[in-house]
Amino acid sequence: MANNNNKAAECNDGKRLYTVTVFSENQVGLLNQISIIFTRRHLNIESLSVSQSALPGIHKFTITSITDEDTIEKVVKQIDKRVDIIKSFYHTDEDVVYQEIALYKVSTEQFLGLGSIEDLIRKYNIRILEMSENCVVMEKTGHYEETQGLFQELSTKLTVLQFVRSGRISITRSKIERLSDMLAKLEAIKKQ
Amino acid sequence: MSNQMKGAYILMESLLKENVDTIFGYPGGSIMPTFDALYDYMNRFNYVLTRHEQGAAHAAQGYARVSGKTGVCLVTSGPGATNTLTGIADAMMDSTPLVVIAGQAGSAFLGTDAFQEVDLVGCTLPITKWSYQIRSAADIAPAVAKAFHIANSGRKGPVVLDFAKNAQVEMAEFNYQKCTFTRGYIPYTAINPSQIDAAAEIINSAKKPLALVGQGVILANAEAELKAFLEKADIPAGNTLLGLSALPSDHRLNKGMLGMHGNVGPNIKTNEADVIIAIGMRFDDRVTGDLKTYAKQAKIVHLDIDTAEMDKNVKVTAKVLGDVKDSLPELTNRLKEAKHTEWIESFNEYEAKEDEKVIRPEVYPTEGPLKMGEVVRKISEATNNEAVLVTDVGQNQIMAARYFKYTKSRSVVTSGGLGTMGFGIPAAIGAKIGAPERTVCMFAGDGGFQMTIQELGTIMEKQIGVKMIILNNNYLGMVRQWQELFFQERYSSTPMVNPKFGAIADAYGIKNKEVCTREELDAAIKEMFADDKPYLLIANCEEKGMVYPMVPAGETVTNILLG
Repeated sequence: MANNNNKAAECNDGKRLYTVTVFSENQVGLLNQISIIFTRRHLNIESLSVSQSALPGIHKFTITSITDEDTIEKVVKQIDKRVDIIKSFYHTDEDVVYQEIALYKVSTEQFLGLGSIEDLIRKYNIRILEMSENCVVMEKTGHYEETQGLFQELSTKLTVLQFVRSGRISITRSKIERLSDMLAKLEAIKKQ
Repeated sequence: MSNQMKGAYILMESLLKENVDTIFGYPGGSIMPTFDALYDYMNRFNYVLTRHEQGAAHAAQGYARVSGKTGVCLVTSGPGATNTLTGIADAMMDSTPLVVIAGQAGSAFLGTDAFQEVDLVGCTLPITKWSYQIRSAADIAPAVAKAFHIANSGRKGPVVLDFAKNAQVEMAEFNYQKCTFTRGYIPYTAINPSQIDAAAEIINSAKKPLALVGQGVILANAEAELKAFLEKADIPAGNTLLGLSALPSDHRLNKGMLGMHGNVGPNIKTNEADVIIAIGMRFDDRVTGDLKTYAKQAKIVHLDIDTAEMDKNVKVTAKVLGDVKDSLPELTNRLKEAKHTEWIESFNEYEAKEDEKVIRPEVYPTEGPLKMGEVVRKISEATNNEAVLVTDVGQNQIMAARYFKYTKSRSVVTSGGLGTMGFGIPAAIGAKIGAPERTVCMFAGDGGFQMTIQELGTIMEKQIGVKMIILNNNYLGMVRQWQELFFQERYSSTPMVNPKFGAIADAYGIKNKEVCTREELDAAIKEMFADDKPYLLIANCEEKGMVYPMVPAGETVTNILLG
């Protein structure tokens, strides 16, 4: 996966970052079914997160990809067409509340040598998850720019031993709950 | 009451519940328990042993295309399964209902590179509607039910069942329930009245309407509905390759075929029409040519069952989502009766031009070597234009599609989307089995015929009365044509050194005749249709025949070469 550059989220040849959410049956091979649709159009998946949804038996995929609206619309239609996919949507950053989580590992010796630990923690709202003789593990949640900002600041001051960022998770702002509507529609069809 | 059965028998019973009457297949290691069960069902299925699994897949396609039923293939794991991939991809492109059941290594061995293990679900995900691995006997009946539901509903297509060996031999309770619903899959959308209204308004205001008829009409059995629609509003129609025969060739409003090698009229008129009504077609690049210049002046109404086709290649003004069997009558109801006499007559000059420059020289030559077009037309007429046409791919396909005539629907079985050479012989086998009362004429080139030539063995064994015609020009003709036009006549890899096709047919006990002249051709055609036995006619045609008209790939649809 390419190095995420959220500048593209604003505008770049009419392209921007889209968040695709996919609700599927809980079955083996679903990720493959979805990813090949991105592959066929030569689209990079920037981030990916998968978990059970609030509804039993339904899995939720959150995928981000940089492209234009015409393409993402076709991709979502192709995903939606798969039998095991219940529903797929795409959103822009304005449509969703979203979050990522990042973990940072640094050596305890270097960390203590920073001198301005309290300022750093306040500035980035860092949580310390672990502190031992050798290492400190910090956690930061936020948007890409925020987690990346901390990484860059740490990198200028000390050696970041390990750094990891999760895929995006998101929730829509809209008043309409489209998945619930969809499931109600499916129930109605089933009863016919 | 207990109804315990072995998995392989559950499969047999499940297929009977789905009214399967014909199975095309080839046995092998990991499907042996199922073939053992099949031995007990030989009086209930017409089982056809092809000579290669690709043949089984294409035969099942041919069967499905003429009958409307789901074609069924039964093969073994590994190479048996991968040999069906071309047929599966072909069925996906051409929306052909197919269920391919392939053996698989036992569940316990999966992922260990066991003998003849291949990740078939992984291989087929991009080329199937649904692909599923059956790992236990209890899973068989529901999987088969779901497979048939998915394959032959909505936009039809292929389904793969990857049948682990342990599931074939384990015992389970057999209790078959037909599948009518699967969450997340809505095959038929209720027609939206506001979409109908919007479409009707556009069509009612049209001065120069043109309908583009695709295979969706045939798949939906909506031929009568199409006719009523066109006739009420007096709309001329062009057909896609797969849409041919939805409307009889001689219907007043049938203006011929669209696209690269289609008729001049409907292609020219595509860029003159004010309203285009696309019915069960998908704006394939072979139909549209350059999208940037395609029908820009027209409002486009698109009727299709597959929402993913809407706005995919061409942006539409109004869409009508749903089965055209449902949407066409509703749309027709809202149409005003109209006459577009002047518009329809404006096709005539192009018809006359094409007739003079292309059709007459191709179909009615009086001297020189045989022309592909004349062979096709003579054979079509010898069947009273009532036969099923099966083609291979290449010049033979286009010549056959253009010069065969159609009086009945489901009369064209050809590999449109995938363009699979080698499709012809096995598809013809399936077509004859699917429509035994009809004459089946299969046209192939000398190249494609040799790609699945082994299926002559199937024809011999089952005495399948297909009439095969090789339009032999000792070239891979279509590629040669492109080389002549676009590659400075550099005939790279296209001249063919051919065997004596007649001697091969003799070896299979298939009556045959090789012809070079018009007199020989007439006599051979007579002999070919004298009985209902298989027959091979080898028509030696001019070597450098060309298929015209031609819209070169990627060019504007009105940029038509006439020769």
